[in-house]
Amino acid sequence: MSYIIMIITAIFVNNIVLAQFLGICPFLGVSKKVGTAGWMGLAVLFVMLIATLVTYPIYYGLLAPYGLGYMQTIIYILVIAALVQMVEIILKKTMPALYSALGVFLPLITTNCTILGVAINVINFEYNLAESIVYAIATALGFTLAMILFAGIREQLAITDKPKAMEGTPIALITAGLLAMAFMGFSGVDKGLSAALGL
Amino acid sequence: MSKLGIIINGLIKENPTFVLLLGMCPTLGTTSSAINGMSMGLATMAVLICSNFVISCLKNLIPDKVHIPCYIVVIAGFVTVVQLLLKAYAPAVDEKLGLFIPLIVVNCIVLGRAESFAAKNSPVDSACDGIGIGLGFTCALTLIGLCRELLGAGTVFGASIYPEQFGALTFVLAPGAFITLGFLVAIFNKLTAKK
Amino acid sequence: MAKLENSTKNMVLSLTAITLVVGALLGLVNAVTKEPIEQAKANKQSAAISAVVPGEGNEISKGEIVTSSNGEEAVVFSVTNNGQLIGKAIRAVSKNGFGGKITVMFGFDAEGNILGYSVLDCSNETPGLGAKMPDWFQKGQKGDVIGKNPGKNNMHVSKDGGEVDAITAATISSRAFLDALAQAYGVFSGSEVVTTSASQQAVAEEVAAPCEEACDGCPKAEKEESCHNEN
Repeated sequence: MSYIIMIITAIFVNNIVLAQFLGICPFLGVSKKVGTAGWMGLAVLFVMLIATLVTYPIYYGLLAPYGLGYMQTIIYILVIAALVQMVEIILKKTMPALYSALGVFLPLITTNCTILGVAINVINFEYNLAESIVYAIATALGFTLAMILFAGIREQLAITDKPKAMEGTPIALITAGLLAMAFMGFSGVDKGLSAALGL
Repeated sequence: MSKLGIIINGLIKENPTFVLLLGMCPTLGTTSSAINGMSMGLATMAVLICSNFVISCLKNLIPDKVHIPCYIVVIAGFVTVVQLLLKAYAPAVDEKLGLFIPLIVVNCIVLGRAESFAAKNSPVDSACDGIGIGLGFTCALTLIGLCRELLGAGTVFGASIYPEQFGALTFVLAPGAFITLGFLVAIFNKLTAKK
Repeated sequence: MAKLENSTKNMVLSLTAITLVVGALLGLVNAVTKEPIEQAKANKQSAAISAVVPGEGNEISKGEIVTSSNGEEAVVFSVTNNGQLIGKAIRAVSKNGFGGKITVMFGFDAEGNILGYSVLDCSNETPGLGAKMPDWFQKGQKGDVIGKNPGKNNMHVSKDGGEVDAITAATISSRAFLDALAQAYGVFSGSEVVTTSASQQAVAEEVAAPCEEACDGCPKAEKEESCHNEN
């Protein structure tokens, strides 16, 4: 049950893009078409899940027991960078169809702060492995949802007249602001649900 | 280009926030008040200056094919140093900025400047570029923080300008971050287009 | 100096060398900052204790770790002056904050009256709403809890029939604050107070129905915000 609350929180209430401001670069950069946005979301889901699965044991198996917590940032970013490279190579060899869809986004993902952010967050929140996995998947789904919604709006926006200075990023940012405002309507949903379910 | 020219270039012509539109996550995430924005800007600037300088010194010792991982290691090292120093000597700042401190590693500004400037220029010039870009980033973050704080809570750097209940709280919350930045970029576009 | 070639040996060497140097540097910085970081944490704690149990020349005992009724860790510090007990500072956690846990240090005198409080962590509360917690309940403020006694006073928000004014539009955060207070007082009095999850539930059911009506009368913004927080 608590997993359901966790998923709803991560997707709607505390959306990684619209409430936590992580992964803004791809959110603004790769959101001109719904299809692309969807694939990007999928790529993030894939890498985020693997990155969390790999970094979690590294922290509790290596960094925490030897008091190397301060090396977290540097180890994580190296692991994530190496991981993305490996995923790219493996996909290219084994699943060329998937690679041609996701391939372009993979290098971008190394510097996508959602991946590192989630890997650090599961440690900060003291989640266990199962919770970490659920959190990673739900967060990535929240990212995908935000991307697709935003891309849908931007497709319409592209054919709308706007003031010259507003064209491009400014109007995209303001649209994102309105979307964030809509998502604020979800705030408190998690509390209400857990009260209703008696958790 | 003179040293001063490099600094001014980073401050205005290549302003990382308003012109290059890089490093959006901390720009939106840490600017709920002017002072928060400023601390984030200064932390990033410290990393930027050090990493630019060191990368420029090392540029000939790093083979091309592994330059990205090498740069990332150097940057991550400085980020951790900044993080540890903040924890030790300014714990309040560390608490306010939280996750966004380790995330300086993946701030595209830092890696971007290492790639586009430090890898091609002398160490001193690179440090100047770090100062310029860092200042540009700090000013932008402070300005956004200032607008959000003033509109949302009626204060400037914590000093009350008008009673809080007349403020639009939205500007302190998530949507205000996007909207404020959107309008500021539009204004910046308008002003620079005229020239 | 010419750029190093892209040979495997060079690549491995330079990457390893850089990683080692950076690693060593970090180890050094960590060794230097370890003490100040501990110190900063200890300072924050003792500053909070002396803020909630004021007085000159007080001695603070070592923290005694207990489990409060919500299963979270609470820490009790006895504050004495010349061997006489002045009060207790208790650090308690509530899990019911708007965005997660909140940690508050409460000071009680020997009778259980609240001497003061200091919010140690409310970073998960909404800025401008729940994050007003550190000031809202202080002496002279709207939600003043200082001097009250959780054993005698009804320390719930007025919406739940208590006598504490909740932070405007942040009922959940206010409840979490009072939950932390209940946890701390439970530890202080040594008796198990009603577990909060149960009371919270009853409260939620109680309030769910009247919310609609009660809000119809309020100004629009407040209605939205408060209904928001209820559901």
